[in-house]
Amino acid sequence: MSEKKVILRAENLTKRYGDKEVLKNASFSVREGELKILIGPSGGGKSTLLQCINFLVRPEAGRVWLDGREVLYHRKRELYAYRQKVGMIFQDFNLFDHLTAVGNVEIALIHVRGMDREEARARASAELERVGLREHMEKYPAQLSGGQKQRVSIARALAMDPVVMLLDEPTSALDPELISEVLSVIRDLRANGMTMIMSTHQIGFAGEMADEILFMEDGVIVETGSPKKLFNQAECQRTREFFLKIVEIYGESR
Amino acid sequence: MEELFFIQNDVAPALWKGLLVSIRLIVPSAAFGLVIGVFVGVLRVFGNPFLTRLADLYVALFRGFPLVVQLFIWYFGLPHIGIYFTPYVASVIAFSLCSGAYHSEYIRGALLSIKRGQMLAAKSLGFSKIRMIRHVVLPQAVRRALPGCGNEIIYLIKYSSLAYMITCIELTGQGKIIASETFKYTEVFMIVGAVYLVLTSAAAWGLHRLEARVRIPGFQH
Repeated sequence: MSEKKVILRAENLTKRYGDKEVLKNASFSVREGELKILIGPSGGGKSTLLQCINFLVRPEAGRVWLDGREVLYHRKRELYAYRQKVGMIFQDFNLFDHLTAVGNVEIALIHVRGMDREEARARASAELERVGLREHMEKYPAQLSGGQKQRVSIARALAMDPVVMLLDEPTSALDPELISEVLSVIRDLRANGMTMIMSTHQIGFAGEMADEILFMEDGVIVETGSPKKLFNQAECQRTREFFLKIVEIYGESR
Repeated sequence: MEELFFIQNDVAPALWKGLLVSIRLIVPSAAFGLVIGVFVGVLRVFGNPFLTRLADLYVALFRGFPLVVQLFIWYFGLPHIGIYFTPYVASVIAFSLCSGAYHSEYIRGALLSIKRGQMLAAKSLGFSKIRMIRHVVLPQAVRRALPGCGNEIIYLIKYSSLAYMITCIELTGQGKIIASETFKYTEVFMIVGAVYLVLTSAAAWGLHRLEARVRIPGFQH
């Protein structure tokens, strides 16, 4: 079986705030259709790593390649074009409060991709339908539940035809009963072959869905491996402790 | 009876003329002021350090100098360096710049209140900074700033009365002329005041309607 091609590769990403190094020489790569899951204590650098990948946070050092081409992020045009191909989902959804659900999805199509309004509306409706929000297209963010908001944000990212998606704790701000509706959308994406990097505390989901888990702590990717390996026979003492604790709290299953 | 004839024959035509001049002062000054305010407000929040400082300096000057002094400088001062404005043009310039300085402060506050996460989301979708400001940040900030900016426009209606100090004879100026000819200060200025009250009330009503029209569910909280 031939190896799938590498979609995204990052090397030695480093970020400092003042004296504190919050990300230290993080390197990894994701192949087409893979789901990599970042797990680790809060403040361990998961968000920073994800935000450094699309340069929402400027790393002090490190390089990123998309589809084998290095991202020259100091060139604005190149950076903007790159970000269109990298979908990002945030913990707090970050919907545009002044726009309806469909407005949220179409705005970048119109003003970034230069699509005409009708075409953008059609595309946005299709994306919302895909995440099960057909009935809620004309609602404003304040009228939607947390799970619905997160699904709008996923539709918004998908409308840009990203080649990889970054999901930063997409379910952490949700009520427990709303988590599953978002996870099931992510599961569908995975089934359709979307390449994703996701940070989460949903240990059950990670165990079931991840191709590989990256355990992060203190800005370092401590250990990488299949869910099975990290859950049962992690090499690093600290990884073992963490997984033992988190399984105790959240349980092995979803 | 005599009073009524006086008002009908002398006061009304003159004040009507003045009122038209006032409106011609207020409308463009409000429009230019708002445009300047939005532009300067954006520079103060999103500009590079040089532009930000320049914009801050503008606000400090035009908010710090008394408006009458600004009018005198535009009309009486600038001819000394060879720049001449008609009283009307000098007034509109002074009002627009002064109003813009105040508007920029309301806009700046509103811009700072927009959640940073939305800007991250816009950037992550490939928006450039300018497009992000134009399509994501400003539509929200302007809504938030509307009550403050409306207040400034109502102020403008009243301080437009200062134009008569540089011989742009508007409502107050006409009132002053009639009053000093007839010595009926109380009657004339009561009427002048009432006309301003009508103007400010109409503006307040219009602004309220505008606020209601652009209201978004759940956005105010």
